Amino acid sequence: MSFNLLLQANPTGPASTLGTANPVSIAIFFLFVAVTLYITYWAAKKTKTGSEFYAAGRNISGFQNGLALAGDYMSAASFLGIAGMVATKGYDGLIYSIGFLVGWPLIMFLVAEPLRNLGKYTFADVVAYRLKQRPIRIASSVGSLLTISFYLIAQMVGAGGLIKTLFGLNYEVAVFVVGIVMTLYVLFGGMLATTWVQIIKAVLLLSGATILVLLAMSKFNFNPAVLFESVSSQYGSDMLAPGGFITNPLDALSLGLALMLGTAGLPHILMRFFTVPDDKAARKSVFVATGFIGYFYILTFFIGFSALALVGKDSIMAIDKGGNMAALLLAENTGGSAFLGFIASVAFATILAVVAGLTLSGASSISHDLYVNVVKHGVSDEKGEMKVAKRATIFLGILAVILGLIFKGQNVAFMVGLAFSIAASANFPALLMSILWKGFTTRGAVWCMVTGASLSLILIVISPTIWVDILGNSEAIFPLKNPTIVSMTSAFIVGVIVSLVKPEPDAVEKFESEKLRTYLGVGSEK
Amino acid sequence: MDSAKTHEILQSPAFKKLVKTRWNTSLIFTFLMLFVYIGFLLIIAYNKDLLKIPMGDSLNLAIVVGLGIILFSWIITGAYVYWANNYYDSAVNEIKKEF
Repeated sequence: MSFNLLLQANPTGPASTLGTANPVSIAIFFLFVAVTLYITYWAAKKTKTGSEFYAAGRNISGFQNGLALAGDYMSAASFLGIAGMVATKGYDGLIYSIGFLVGWPLIMFLVAEPLRNLGKYTFADVVAYRLKQRPIRIASSVGSLLTISFYLIAQMVGAGGLIKTLFGLNYEVAVFVVGIVMTLYVLFGGMLATTWVQIIKAVLLLSGATILVLLAMSKFNFNPAVLFESVSSQYGSDMLAPGGFITNPLDALSLGLALMLGTAGLPHILMRFFTVPDDKAARKSVFVATGFIGYFYILTFFIGFSALALVGKDSIMAIDKGGNMAALLLAENTGGSAFLGFIASVAFATILAVVAGLTLSGASSISHDLYVNVVKHGVSDEKGEMKVAKRATIFLGILAVILGLIFKGQNVAFMVGLAFSIAASANFPALLMSILWKGFTTRGAVWCMVTGASLSLILIVISPTIWVDILGNSEAIFPLKNPTIVSMTSAFIVGVIVSLVKPEPDAVEKFESEKLRTYLGVGSEK
Repeated sequence: MDSAKTHEILQSPAFKKLVKTRWNTSLIFTFLMLFVYIGFLLIIAYNKDLLKIPMGDSLNLAIVVGLGIILFSWIITGAYVYWANNYYDSAVNEIKKEF
């Protein structure tokens, strides 16, 4: 989703205080940072061991985890981006958000419970459970770190631009603030602090968006029909039906698969299943998350259409061509500058929480997968592991800031799609086959992950997304905008063929005893 | 748990049935979800006009179907939780009690 804020002072546009320091915004944002840093201080006292740092001591309830999962998933990009897409392209915005939602039921049916029962701190624990540790850990941390990096770049660049627009703050300052605060959360408070930051942010975002919809709907007598009528009388009834978003069915299917199955391969989402006490709580948390995320997308749909009807398409696009400021302009239109300040600070808090989750997940992959299981051959001394985890957190914090600065002003919209494509092609197939298929081998898993990740990367470079839109060539070598349909299918096929060519008797034998843990929870991490 | 006991549980009809039912249920639910979502995408790709059919004064089929899929995702997830809490968990407890 595009976050390239092409904000320019527009003398003919509506009188908006966007881009100037808003006292309410600043006050609420400082309050949020103060409260969350206090929580971090409280969490730091309870974060000593590995299980506390990575998995909040597995004491998060199903409901709390559901809210935190929803918080991880409802990024500023979905809030501002989807509302903006609805406000500028109408119904097409809804098609996009549905794609993001339908991955959640699949997480429930396919991976949530086995993941909780088999894993410890990262999803690689599950893939490596009966296979050879080192090759699997290396391959899956490459998949994890690539997914996290692209997601992180998109968030950091979005954050810098967004904060500049919202608060009139310098881009670089904004990137530094986000980098420092989120590093503090993760470094000292680990998963416990990150979870509570996520929960608070989810509650703020859901209630802020609800109030926004109520305020807007009060102008339409709380009747959706009046809203839709207002939209179609101003912009034509085509706004309320699918437009040009999907023209090539194969492209649509490829993007659909990326959004749907990529969700089940996002490392920062998967690691949340290790924070609950058992598989029953894991189950409950997906149900809660799906409910909140679905509700949230319904809200963004109404926010987008209300902004279109009340603020107007021209005024929205005058401030930002991608429509990203639609929700904020609607807030100002319906609730004045104080309410704008509230919604703006919620958007800022959202970015902070999401990058914190990503950083923690990257740090886990570096310390738990690479350091313990590759460098130390699985002989974990807790102190050493924690030290590496904390260093990795600082490293990723600095890296996030540097990437945010390097990619300033670049078109990074494709990076979210790329992150989902790698997650769907490298992480998800290996995870699913390791749970379901007895004959899956170490070699098969490594080839599966390498194929998925490298095909995603190569194909996106030669696709219209980069080859034409960014590099300016006239025709793309690979015709689809999103590579997932090819990269994911290839990853599955390669994984199966390589496993069949040379079976691994050891892995087959261990699969039997693994079943006790997968289905009965015998021996699961407590 | 010793390996003889592990073997005994793994070979028991109750355990085999548990695993089989679990995946049958999951896969049926997965295909339902895929069918609804991919069907939706294909209708948009091949027959956009179908979705423009008005429903009442100012609604159309597209909005009803779109919001309906969001609702469906949540209901089907809830249905799985209901099944797992009732059927699956009690079957697991039965097996654990027996051995």
